[in-house]
Amino acid sequence: MEFQAQDTIQWIEKINEKMQRNKEYLTSLDQVIGDSDHGINMSRGFQETVNKISGGTYDTASDVLKDVAMTLMSKVGGASGPLFGTLFLKLSTTFKGMDPVDYHAFTNGLEEALNGVMQRGKATTGEKTLVDVWSPVVEHFKQEDEFQADKIVETAKTAMENTKDMLATKGRAAYFKEKSIGHIDPGSASSYYIFEALAEVMEGGK
Amino acid sequence: MKKIINDPNQVVQDMIKGIVAAYPEELRQIPGTMAIVRNDAPVKDKVGLVSGGGSGHEPAHSGYVGKGMLDAAVAGEVFTSPTPDQLLEAIKAVDSGSGVFLIIKNYTGDVLNFEMAAELAEAEGIQVESVIVNDDVAVEDSDATTGRRGIAGTVLVHKIAGAMAEQGGTLKEVKAAAEKVVANVRSIGMALTPCTVPAAGKPSFELEENEMEIGIGIHGESGIERKQMASADDIATELTDKIFEDMAFSSGDEVAVMINGLGSTPEMELYIVNRKVQEILAEKGVHVHKTFVGEFMTALEMTGCSVSLLKLDDAHKTLLDAPTHPARFRS
Repeated sequence: MEFQAQDTIQWIEKINEKMQRNKEYLTSLDQVIGDSDHGINMSRGFQETVNKISGGTYDTASDVLKDVAMTLMSKVGGASGPLFGTLFLKLSTTFKGMDPVDYHAFTNGLEEALNGVMQRGKATTGEKTLVDVWSPVVEHFKQEDEFQADKIVETAKTAMENTKDMLATKGRAAYFKEKSIGHIDPGSASSYYIFEALAEVMEGGK
Repeated sequence: MKKIINDPNQVVQDMIKGIVAAYPEELRQIPGTMAIVRNDAPVKDKVGLVSGGGSGHEPAHSGYVGKGMLDAAVAGEVFTSPTPDQLLEAIKAVDSGSGVFLIIKNYTGDVLNFEMAAELAEAEGIQVESVIVNDDVAVEDSDATTGRRGIAGTVLVHKIAGAMAEQGGTLKEVKAAAEKVVANVRSIGMALTPCTVPAAGKPSFELEENEMEIGIGIHGESGIERKQMASADDIATELTDKIFEDMAFSSGDEVAVMINGLGSTPEMELYIVNRKVQEILAEKGVHVHKTFVGEFMTALEMTGCSVSLLKLDDAHKTLLDAPTHPARFRS
């Protein structure tokens, strides 16, 4: 795996396409167990991010990811701004000084991102949050030695679907208690798009 | 969706410009942000007070910016907390060197963004303290949940902490006053109709003609319990009972009462609810020191109301009675 500045830009552009396409779906997920703005906020945030990084000159993945993180934090708002911002900021700091980023370093970055977001959100697994997608994906990366696009998508998808049966104890959905069961967590769905986009960009580029 | 707006994505920017244009003597906008600041900020030797949250709760939070209450309010997108960079700009704009106090409602997004802003401000050498308001008795407060939401009771925190800061209280004293309000205020809301977030374009939930939701928040989210529609007296009784289950009020207690409209409730109906709430408190021998009836923390055009009760001691009575100058909140 050779992950460079240009791959990062493509990754973010692909995430943005998915956020725009699924804006209403994400909002509908949030309508049942949240305050119905997740799709609106994520699509606004990633559009602003793409506007910022597209056409920019970047030497490393780390530089791109830093701008991505800062833009998400300043444009998304809500809980998603600081949480998704933290994920990309941790990737940026772990990748610092690396060009390209290899598989091992990428795995480290994802693990740091997961730890960072758990700390920021004071969340752990099983609470029906984006952690429930990021955690199994990080596990998958650690168990393998090379990038496996299909497996990553499969792991993220199953993990997202598993949030459906969980009882929310963190975030806005926690106020709905038992009523939160039976619906996919919106932050998990967004996280699934992030990994699906990554797989599409890296496919064939092991 | 039928609303008096231009572009659904521009509602907050358009609103902020309109607010500042209405009160140019008192308020200014920090350029490039959705933060509204007292014209005379930073006020020398005074602790700066910053609050904020999603838009759609007007007059919260900008309506409380002015002498005796907040120094700045930062607006986020509709029902979405403001971002750390904008909160930081507001903190910097109101710091006179005496420190800045943040009033945060207990929502994950608000807590995260304010926390990050506080970390950034501290890194710049500004002293920051904060309080998290969690007055809503409709939702459970336990280790396994995010805890209770902050709703209309937040306005009473703005008022009392604001008075303490205005009379020269230190950062520590402002924090203590705010924490005491949080410990003594309880609220609960109900709704007859949902609201429509402009960018979403459709109502957040549906209610039949004969239904109401008890225990709603202020973000168009549905309530904790859906019930058959009832009379104003029954609604008032149900809401106050839920508060009493959580905090005991006994004969001789002194309280402030806030009957808050959620955006589309006629004043007539708020006063009808107030009539019953006052009657219930009188029966218990609870003395009402001050009553606020009106719209303080709305949820766009939601129809419904919330009831807040704040237990007062002499020190807080004085702070509650101190003059307040924001154009949209006089006391």
